[in-house]
Amino acid sequence: MPLTRRLFTAALALAAAAVAGPTVAAAADKPFITVASTTSTEQSGLFGHLLPKFTEKTGIEVRVVALGTGQALKLGERGDADVVFVHDKSAEEAFLKAGFGVDRRDVMYNDFILVGPKADPAKVAGGRDVVAALRVIATAKAPFVSRGDDSGTHKAELRLWKEAGIDLAAARGAWYRETGSGMGPALNTAAGMDAYVLSDRGTWLNFKNQGRLAIVVEGDERLFNQYGVMLVNPARHPHVKEAQGRAFIDWLTAQEGQEAIASYKVGGEPLFFANARKQGS
Amino acid sequence: MNDFDTALATAWRLIAAGDAALMDIVVLSLGVSLTAVLIASILGLPLGATIALARFRGRDAVVVAINALMGLPPVVAGLFVYLLLSRSGPLGAYGLLFTPTAMVVAQVVLVTPIIAALTRQIVDDLWREYRDELTSLGAGKLRAVPTLIWDARLSLVTVVLAGLGRAMAEVGAILVVGGNIAGVTRTMTTAIALETSKGDLALALGLGIVLLTLVLVINAVAHFAGVAARRAAG
Repeated sequence: MPLTRRLFTAALALAAAAVAGPTVAAAADKPFITVASTTSTEQSGLFGHLLPKFTEKTGIEVRVVALGTGQALKLGERGDADVVFVHDKSAEEAFLKAGFGVDRRDVMYNDFILVGPKADPAKVAGGRDVVAALRVIATAKAPFVSRGDDSGTHKAELRLWKEAGIDLAAARGAWYRETGSGMGPALNTAAGMDAYVLSDRGTWLNFKNQGRLAIVVEGDERLFNQYGVMLVNPARHPHVKEAQGRAFIDWLTAQEGQEAIASYKVGGEPLFFANARKQGS
Repeated sequence: MNDFDTALATAWRLIAAGDAALMDIVVLSLGVSLTAVLIASILGLPLGATIALARFRGRDAVVVAINALMGLPPVVAGLFVYLLLSRSGPLGAYGLLFTPTAMVVAQVVLVTPIIAALTRQIVDDLWREYRDELTSLGAGKLRAVPTLIWDARLSLVTVVLAGLGRAMAEVGAILVVGGNIAGVTRTMTTAIALETSKGDLALALGLGIVLLTLVLVINAVAHFAGVAARRAAG
């Protein structure tokens, strides 16, 4: 028995050594920044197109954590990211005002679209007035899937309902269904229950499970969706990689980054329109 | 049926092509889960055995608590570790959030109660059976711990496999603390969640089949190693 016990102890020690070993050592020697961004930029494939160009030029790796805008801002607030890249201008301005971020810049825009079942039970397809379409959907009590996750898209949707003068409190749980999920899962849900849903165009164009869904309303200027980038305040969080974070922000908003954004297309269609103003203007 | 056919074909193509990105994800998944289960075993096996043998006030409460923790929701474990490792949290200075280490920590939190609770039950039963024999040999209770763990080793392999199953299948905790960063913290399960989000259901299910195959192979190796060990022991 003592021998087996000694063997067993040795095995344990060996296991401990294996743990301490380099099994899961990350590539820590390469410089990197952490960017808190939105599911729409990640899932539309834009980052896959954009980031390798930046890394090739600067040697800085960009690690993207893709969340809803609300959650991404929360990461920045807690100092868990170096750069925040989101799309909810009023929330971003509040973030700056509270001292959580600095140096916000417009980067690009795309637009939201109203997606719905091809059968179009509320008969809203083909219109350009999204607010009128929402009123018709509410009157028809046609199923509508909401992100319900405090994301930029969710907030844009809530603004549109408000403009349409619809009180959602009564509709909740009936035809208005909050999924509390990202854009893709919300589209999956809408496809499953033949519901209407507000989506950003990028995620929609890249979405493979479109099923019986189609765009029903687009082109309304109220569907404009501005993206902004900012640095997490280094005065508040001293570990923020300021120089590398600024390098990323500068690159995104300068000619090279802007051209890279404009050149990203899916099926020949551009997903984002670069609109950073020239620096200093 | 068409969806399942596509998924199977996708899985086969992924495996056959030996896709480099997929291999990285597989290696990371295995690395994180195996490391977590190893640490959880080092903590959980002696802990479970000690609780089985020790007699102290509040022991029943400890047993109930550890049994209950087997049902710890992964998202809650993830959130707990996130708040711990966040830059604004108590361990923020180490900058461990969104690294594989953070994922290992979260999985250790999830797996340790499973291993400790099941070990406690097995050793408890064994102790009842061999109490007289061990005490007559003059072994104190504490010294009986390694002996009992060794005697129960074949049952405990299944315990460790249960822990590994939990770790490999888990997505809620590592999504929160790892961030699903491509090439850094993207594992099999978070990749499956991502592809589902993108609506690429065939690829998601295909990845699921690859993961299942992997777990199957690990379990087969463990099983047949056990059979061989039993035969060698006579």
